Amino acid sequence: MITGQATQLKGRYDVVVAGGGPAGLAAALGAREQGAQRILVVDREREAGGILWQCIHAGFGLHHFKEELTGPEYAQRYLEQVLEKEIDVLTDTFVADIDRDRRLKLMTGREGIRVIEANAVVLAMGARERTRGAVRIPGTRPAGVMTAGFAQKVVNLHGYLPGRRAVILGSGDIGLIMARRLTLEGIEVAGVFEIMPHANGLSRNIVQCLHDFDIPLYLSHTVAEIHGRERVEKVTVAPVDAQMRPIPGKAWDIDCDTLLLSIGLIPENELSRQLGVRLDPVTNGPIVSSGMETTMDGVFAGGNVVHIHDLVDFVSQESLLAGRNAGLYVTGNRPPTDNIRLSPGENVAYCVPHTISSERPHTIYLRVRRPMEKCSIRFGTVLEKKLSYVFPAEMVTLTVQPKFLENFHGDALSVDVVAR
Amino acid sequence: MNYDVTIIGGGVIGCAIARELARYRLGVILLEKECEVGFGTSKSNSGIIHAGHHSATDTLKGRLEWAGNQKWDSLCAALGFGFERIGELTVAFTPEERATLERLLTSGRAKGVSGLEIWEPARLRREEPNLSHDIIAALHAPTAGVVNPYEACFTLIESARANGVHVAVDYRVEVLSRGEDGWTVKGTGPDVASRFVVNAAGIFADKVAAMAGVGTFRIHPRKGEEYLLDKRLRGFVKRIIFPLPTATSKGILVIPTFDGTLMVGPTAHETEDRSDITTTLPGSDEVFESVRRVVPGISERDCIAEFAGLRAAAEGEDFIIGPTAAKGFINVAGIQSPGLTAAPAIAEMVAEILADEGMDMVARDDFVPAVPPHVRFATLPLDEQVRLAGDDPRYGRIVCRCEHISERETVDAIHRGAHTLDGIKFRTRAGMGRCQGGFCSWRCMELLARERGVPITEITKRGGGSWVIRRREDGEKP
Repeated sequence: MITGQATQLKGRYDVVVAGGGPAGLAAALGAREQGAQRILVVDREREAGGILWQCIHAGFGLHHFKEELTGPEYAQRYLEQVLEKEIDVLTDTFVADIDRDRRLKLMTGREGIRVIEANAVVLAMGARERTRGAVRIPGTRPAGVMTAGFAQKVVNLHGYLPGRRAVILGSGDIGLIMARRLTLEGIEVAGVFEIMPHANGLSRNIVQCLHDFDIPLYLSHTVAEIHGRERVEKVTVAPVDAQMRPIPGKAWDIDCDTLLLSIGLIPENELSRQLGVRLDPVTNGPIVSSGMETTMDGVFAGGNVVHIHDLVDFVSQESLLAGRNAGLYVTGNRPPTDNIRLSPGENVAYCVPHTISSERPHTIYLRVRRPMEKCSIRFGTVLEKKLSYVFPAEMVTLTVQPKFLENFHGDALSVDVVAR
Repeated sequence: MNYDVTIIGGGVIGCAIARELARYRLGVILLEKECEVGFGTSKSNSGIIHAGHHSATDTLKGRLEWAGNQKWDSLCAALGFGFERIGELTVAFTPEERATLERLLTSGRAKGVSGLEIWEPARLRREEPNLSHDIIAALHAPTAGVVNPYEACFTLIESARANGVHVAVDYRVEVLSRGEDGWTVKGTGPDVASRFVVNAAGIFADKVAAMAGVGTFRIHPRKGEEYLLDKRLRGFVKRIIFPLPTATSKGILVIPTFDGTLMVGPTAHETEDRSDITTTLPGSDEVFESVRRVVPGISERDCIAEFAGLRAAAEGEDFIIGPTAAKGFINVAGIQSPGLTAAPAIAEMVAEILADEGMDMVARDDFVPAVPPHVRFATLPLDEQVRLAGDDPRYGRIVCRCEHISERETVDAIHRGAHTLDGIKFRTRAGMGRCQGGFCSWRCMELLARERGVPITEITKRGGGSWVIRRREDGEKP
């Protein structure tokens, strides 16, 4: 366990990172790399590392470490680097507020309330799971309806089981992983129900977590009603019509005591809102420059707080960049501001970052709105790249080199994904 | 044990009666079938203290509504539950509806309801800019308020207990028998003997009356669905907004709750099933369609939680309060809206009825009206927070990150009676925010297990069979 002492807290830091998950740890390392001196990572859990501790399955680090790690292994590698670089990590501590002068109000379980100041802040609060209320499932409100992440915590961190027979609503990655995990624990998983006509998780998870265990995936289906007064007793499932409404005549009941929800993640931006940074209504995360700086001076952001990633490797990569730029900011080496705005066009839900510079290379992350095969991604007329397929569930990553922008003199580029 | 009075039902009515009777030298016990008081209809109440002008003066409801309304300030001062007079607006879209507002104004003034006035569009736009611009006038009633109904139950019963009232939860009454000196109650707990029985059994009040041999009325439950919206909308509407009844809706409201969330609802549909607290797609559509007519900016996309409750409506639609042909058996039944508003007045009325029926009502000189104040840490100024957390760092340890509830507040709630996840949630708000317990549930379970000294597998959502987790090695239900 890595735990700082609040009594050793300095009054002012170069960089304070809100959140000690994969995003926050990478950001702290990035800030150190660029010469920031006093760096503090604040995390509300008893140990830093975030959701990785409960992700005991393999599949992490393939891009970043070029080997397949479990979540805890991936977290440990970062924690060791953070320790080695003498970065302060304060756990059991919650950032309750940040103001425009970059003063942070900390609630700590050991020392009470503390206020510290930061020359730069990195927002790395991650995401939370969408809950039942967000999708308004009709029926009763018994125990046994829980998010897939809560079930994962119960099973993997604490060694208990959430029930005996489960139905999973939503085909997000955590739900798919939990379908397999519960099956291995002897819990029967009656099926995964996805309201969209396509799955919401990575293809490899569909294969490895559902197909390999004969767990059925019902696309264009949903849970139409929850039954049971005290504990879930059964759920009614049904195919949906074009308006995503259950078709009553085709509904059937499934006996179960547990309903897991894997219906999406929401970037955790309460602090960002309090602070007043501008948010993108599509990503629900801060609008960021190519240096991952938000619309507020000296406030950076990276990872799921900006947009929902599907691989932790990209969370680390993006947050490392945020941290590096926070480091450059506090050492007075901030690069020139961006001169080109990216605007999502045909079949592009969003692009991050929101602006780029014609003088530097950039990694652009984007998501499409609908699946497409044999398509191209176009950056205005300056760059076109062929893709064999795109899925909303899989983030598209693309590098843009300055050479492509040499002869571009506009201030905005439309990003489109079009059929070839 | 022998009591003077047995109260059947621990909703807000039973709790208010218990606390009122605690003022006297009486042996009182309250029996509640759920695992905590306030866990039935009261938990799903809209939480409105009605302004006083809606119900007709020739009904018991109408009389007790205004009388009850005026008692909430002193009750809140003693018990510290969330209560604020935020005012209400009843809106009119047509000249005919405007005429109805005028009639409400006249009858309200005749009742003595203070501060009523009609607002013209200019005033309305200034005060409530997010209301529909099709509204041509509104009746403003500043005496209306919002209260956290479950908190009212918890603190009323806390006060009653502190003054000697006994409470038995998980006690479902099964048999009532009348003997020489009074009544014997049998049920899912030890037998209880008392001179008087007060029937405050809500949607089961007719069944309880029938057990006493006076089944003279029938409760027909009327379901209401409510939808809670994200706190992001705090301040979007500042007052409770009432439409006038239309052909399609009896009045779906926009309610800014005491805690800063907006709540929309309730529907009103008769149901035969007394356990039917389901929410439905048609109910949700009805609520949001109806609300959008009044406040166009409200969307189902902002919904964070939904729930439903049953109104204990009696035939005749008025309250049924008074002695019965069965000596010593007093009905407090048919308590539907504005029952919460009227509750403190109903409690006083029950004390008068007991006196009339021969109970010797001697006031206790050691009655303590107040309960120790509840700390709402997140609402305190910074220097006060620093001081409190300096004395007890558990104030600094976050349990619920949405509502910023600390470990100390959670532990306090447990020691004040919470023994389930819902018990903590409705006392502290931990789990009521936008993440709906995703973060805090495990922490609350650990604290419940630690403070109660029980295995974590025994922690339930709301008692009975509402278990949350089980042990790996258990084949059967925990």
